[in-house]
Amino acid sequence: MFAHLIEGLRQAGLPTSITEYLTLLGAMKAGVAEWSVDDFYYLSRATLVKDERHLDRFDRVFAQCFKGLGSEEGVLPRHLPEEWLRKLAEKFLTPEEMARIESLGGFEALMQRLAELLAQQKERHQGGSKWIGTAGTSPFGAYGYNPEGVRIGQHESRHRRAVKVWDRRDFRDLDDTVEQGTRNLKLALRRLRRFARQGAATELDLPDTIRSTAKNAGTLDLKLVPERHNAVKVLLFLDVGGSMDDFVKLSEELFSAARSEFKHLEYFYFHNFPYERVWRNNRRRHDERISTFEVIRKYGPDYKLIFVGDAAMSPYEITMPGGSVEHMNEEPGRIWLDRLTSHYRNAAWLNPTPRASWQHVRSIGMTSELMEGRMYPLTVNGIDEMARELSH
Amino acid sequence: MSAAFKSTERYIASRDLEVAVNASVTLQRPLLVKVEPGTGKTVLAHEVAESLGLELIEWHIKSTTKAQQGLYEYDAVSRLRDGQLGDQRVHDIANYIVRGKLWDAFESERSVVVLIDEVDKADIEFPNDLLLELDRMRFFVYETRQTVSARHRPIVIITSNNEKELPDAFLRRCFFHYIRFPDRATMERIVQAHYPDLRHDLAREALNVFFQIREVPGLKKKPSTAELLDWLKLLMVEDLPVEALRPNEKHLVIPPLYGALLKNEQDVHLFERLAFLARRGA
Repeated sequence: MFAHLIEGLRQAGLPTSITEYLTLLGAMKAGVAEWSVDDFYYLSRATLVKDERHLDRFDRVFAQCFKGLGSEEGVLPRHLPEEWLRKLAEKFLTPEEMARIESLGGFEALMQRLAELLAQQKERHQGGSKWIGTAGTSPFGAYGYNPEGVRIGQHESRHRRAVKVWDRRDFRDLDDTVEQGTRNLKLALRRLRRFARQGAATELDLPDTIRSTAKNAGTLDLKLVPERHNAVKVLLFLDVGGSMDDFVKLSEELFSAARSEFKHLEYFYFHNFPYERVWRNNRRRHDERISTFEVIRKYGPDYKLIFVGDAAMSPYEITMPGGSVEHMNEEPGRIWLDRLTSHYRNAAWLNPTPRASWQHVRSIGMTSELMEGRMYPLTVNGIDEMARELSH
Repeated sequence: MSAAFKSTERYIASRDLEVAVNASVTLQRPLLVKVEPGTGKTVLAHEVAESLGLELIEWHIKSTTKAQQGLYEYDAVSRLRDGQLGDQRVHDIANYIVRGKLWDAFESERSVVVLIDEVDKADIEFPNDLLLELDRMRFFVYETRQTVSARHRPIVIITSNNEKELPDAFLRRCFFHYIRFPDRATMERIVQAHYPDLRHDLAREALNVFFQIREVPGLKKKPSTAELLDWLKLLMVEDLPVEALRPNEKHLVIPPLYGALLKNEQDVHLFERLAFLARRGA
């Protein structure tokens, strides 16, 4: 009955299965959705989508499959004042984007196309149920300022009732083409876990209890052991500033994932390459520096050392004394990296730039060599690879 | 199941939530609920139970919870101790089977609502271990060789905070509902439902401020429904005039008692800085 909907969903990459389809049919038969189209939409959404990141895609497929459904509620598209659109565009576009639009025929041409599209839509589905920006027909999408485009139709509540629920696509933020949050990173980091029993003894140790009860000639002697905890220790060295500014968000996500995943996590910041001093607080990096020697003394070799940085710099910063861009370093960076990696046998470097671009930057190759090849891209897969390597 | 789930005086449910609940009640399958934090998912189970007139059994999941604990546990230590003391009870192993929440639900005379709260807190294998039990609504007790099956299939509501991915096989058996952050109209109804005595002008201004704060870019933690309700309560207790909330000109002011809304020191700093910039720009 709704096979084309299921097919459409699977084509859009949703993991919808036959079980769920049968559930939907069962629910329809049991009369859950009654006679309302909206209820049917809600019901099929509750049945077929199991992850909020897929909701937007579901809405799109649903709109496609049931085009024109329930159109008696629709109203004709209104004429949108050009002034308003222009203002909207100015509000959300950077000057470069505006320039790009100019090159594509200018704002007038764009508006012209928009008007044509509006007219077309009116003809095609009497009752014009689609607004600009939904269902991917919008010219705005093509020029890259679609993100707010959908608001054109629904900004005012007067129009809102005319827009069908699935056409509203309220869930657009949640599509998983944009990586959300830190969950995947956490799962990848989880590979580093090392369980050990430490702390207060709370769990019954059955083998030991049996042994000691037998020794006690049958008088019960309970033996307890501490619960298992994740005992891995991680030392994080984060590159900040300069070329790393582009990757602040990514680094932040990694950092917060690591913070919640590991109890023993210590972190320090450096700029471009580790030298004789690192720091804990970026705002006071000039007065609160810690000697790298002190870090090595304080945190034993059982820590796993992870650098996060793009390793993009002048090769002199690695090889020459005084090569640092920030200060006069007496010893070259490579000696400091050697010191760190020989103390921390489990060390790796995470690089937020894509792996394909590494060969074009000389300093990345040099750093990777110093790390004995243990440089991984800062992606879920890269972290996974790193965790496997470090968990030996 | 004759009664259908509807919004109540205290709990405002959107139409899609009603459909999802009713589908899971009718087809007797678990309903998985995910939310933006602070949108009241635990309360949902209470309201479902109440509106259907059924008893609610709550099972709160922690990181150490095992699936088995929901069914039953065999208390070997007590039995060993009783054996030592020569207690007669020791001969029957059934005396040492401790029933879990799901067993209680299955044995209940009437159908019940079971809330499995924050299922993602437990180990990643937890949902898989409950697949069969939730599907067939029965399980086997090895110690006593007995099968426990549900007299009435309970209505199961599972909540998740998205801390972990749930296994596909588990998801396939559930209905799913994602509770979004309420829009302004819904929020007004929620406030109305909680504080019917709240003055209209105060509520309006407070909501203005609230949504304005939520719009501030870069907040680490956006205030949620629970925080809005706390804040409103504080405002009512303090009996502040409406003018305190209304900015004189069109820019940001730091709302009174902001501690109830902003829970993060960085957010408070950010907000203060923005307010300062806005004042200077005016």
